[in-house]
Amino acid sequence: MRAGFLFKEVRIGLRRNLTMTFAVVVTVAISLSLLGIGLLSNAQVNAMKDYWYDKIEVSVFLCGTLSESPTCANGVVTPDQRAAIKTDLEALPVVQSVFYESQTEAFTRFKERFKNSAIAQNVTADQLPESFRVKLKDPTQFDVVVSAFSGRPGVDIVQDQRTILEKFFKLLDVLRNGALLVGLFSVLTAALLISNTLRIAAFNRRRETGVMKLVGASSWSIQLPFLLEGVFSAVLGWVFATGLLSGLKYVVDQKVAPLLTFTKFFAWDQVWTSSAILLGVGLFVSILASLITLRRYLKV
Amino acid sequence: MIRFENVTKVYAGQERPALDSVNLEITKGEFVFLVGKSGSGKSTFLRLILREERPTSGIIHVAGKDLGSLANHKVPELRRQVGTVFQDFRLLPNKTISENIAFSLHVLGYSQKEINREVPEMLELVGLEDKGDRLPSEISGGEQQRVAIARAYVTKPPIIIADEPTGNLDPELSVGIMKLLDRINREGTTVLMATHDSGIVDQMRKRVIELDGGHVIRDQVRGVYGYTG
Repeated sequence: MRAGFLFKEVRIGLRRNLTMTFAVVVTVAISLSLLGIGLLSNAQVNAMKDYWYDKIEVSVFLCGTLSESPTCANGVVTPDQRAAIKTDLEALPVVQSVFYESQTEAFTRFKERFKNSAIAQNVTADQLPESFRVKLKDPTQFDVVVSAFSGRPGVDIVQDQRTILEKFFKLLDVLRNGALLVGLFSVLTAALLISNTLRIAAFNRRRETGVMKLVGASSWSIQLPFLLEGVFSAVLGWVFATGLLSGLKYVVDQKVAPLLTFTKFFAWDQVWTSSAILLGVGLFVSILASLITLRRYLKV
Repeated sequence: MIRFENVTKVYAGQERPALDSVNLEITKGEFVFLVGKSGSGKSTFLRLILREERPTSGIIHVAGKDLGSLANHKVPELRRQVGTVFQDFRLLPNKTISENIAFSLHVLGYSQKEINREVPEMLELVGLEDKGDRLPSEISGGEQQRVAIARAYVTKPPIIIADEPTGNLDPELSVGIMKLLDRINREGTTVLMATHDSGIVDQMRKRVIELDGGHVIRDQVRGVYGYTG
């Protein structure tokens, strides 16, 4: 079969079944968009993790006047202990940088944070603990610092901001998984619709396929126009889905990002990557659904 | 061209065979009528040749192919060797006469140049040169059947099988169809025609094979429809 004739047959087929073609295109567009939103929420969660994990630090609080842990039984941290802790922290291979926050600095920061609250009036600098703010090369290596410094004389507690963030990210992970699941289910729905549409198309064109069989067309050349119709609808749906995701990215950049300054958002790169994945999924699903359907309904 | 060796076909769920130990050979260039009452095994015979059915036992050769060992994906190759014409024409209603004839060539991958050459030639052969742009619904039954023959013959297969080609037509239109099939036969094509039309068989005086209850009960070189002994 020549390409010219093939495409003419495909065009006739799509036009003759116009309402179904429309339904398939819309369904594929919506389901790929949903899957794409799932992929982008994954990208968004990763972007937020990158952003926040990069910012978080491990705080090694030193014994102050109010410390109650057993390692502080001997009272406030001594200058020798402080110096030794700093040297040892800096010697750890996972540590990127160490920043010392004195009681005065802690107090300034405290007043800044609670400046509209009555609590700031009742706190004095010597009540706040001094600390080392440790930035790690790899934030997941937090345990190394904990095991090395917890229980050491002069150290009150070792606190990782990551444990607080992790709860938040667990929630986001659940939302992301939900979005992906909805996307996958709707892609499955689209596959079933493609399959049914082709079944109807095969039935509507049984005269043509009958003649094709009669004159000895190979089953491949009988199935090819139907297959291309399915693929065409899927690709058209994908174009719409990509448009929708780009629109989403545009809205996020224009309207959402200026309001939420505490995080990064997914990049255009991730929109294109998601779009490429959607094209792959769209092609795979439409070809698979077509082949299975046509094998059953266009037997030679 | 077509050889049946001891071919028996029993359909699933039926006790009586549709064809029972049939032996016969049709050689290249022959014109053969296949006659017999409904249920005599004519349709089964034709379906076996096109490998729409497989025999329960026995060997069938068509156009040099052993159908018993023919793989499924080679069946289209067999069908390209056998042009088929049916009682109900089976034309595509939304394609013109020319497009109907060209359709065979298109699906078999002929170039546009070859199609532009072959289709007018076929229209002329079947006497419809001036009706190529009509739709099947705009021409008579006899003309539609001539289009169907043109479509079957345009790829020049060595065998043409016609199943009751005149079944839906008036006698005077049938004559035109028979002249056409005779002409195609004279060009070297083997023609096998199943029919109930005694007038045509008597007139043509060709080889007649009669089936009854799945058996070949007659095989005459210049036969007539009814058995004359």
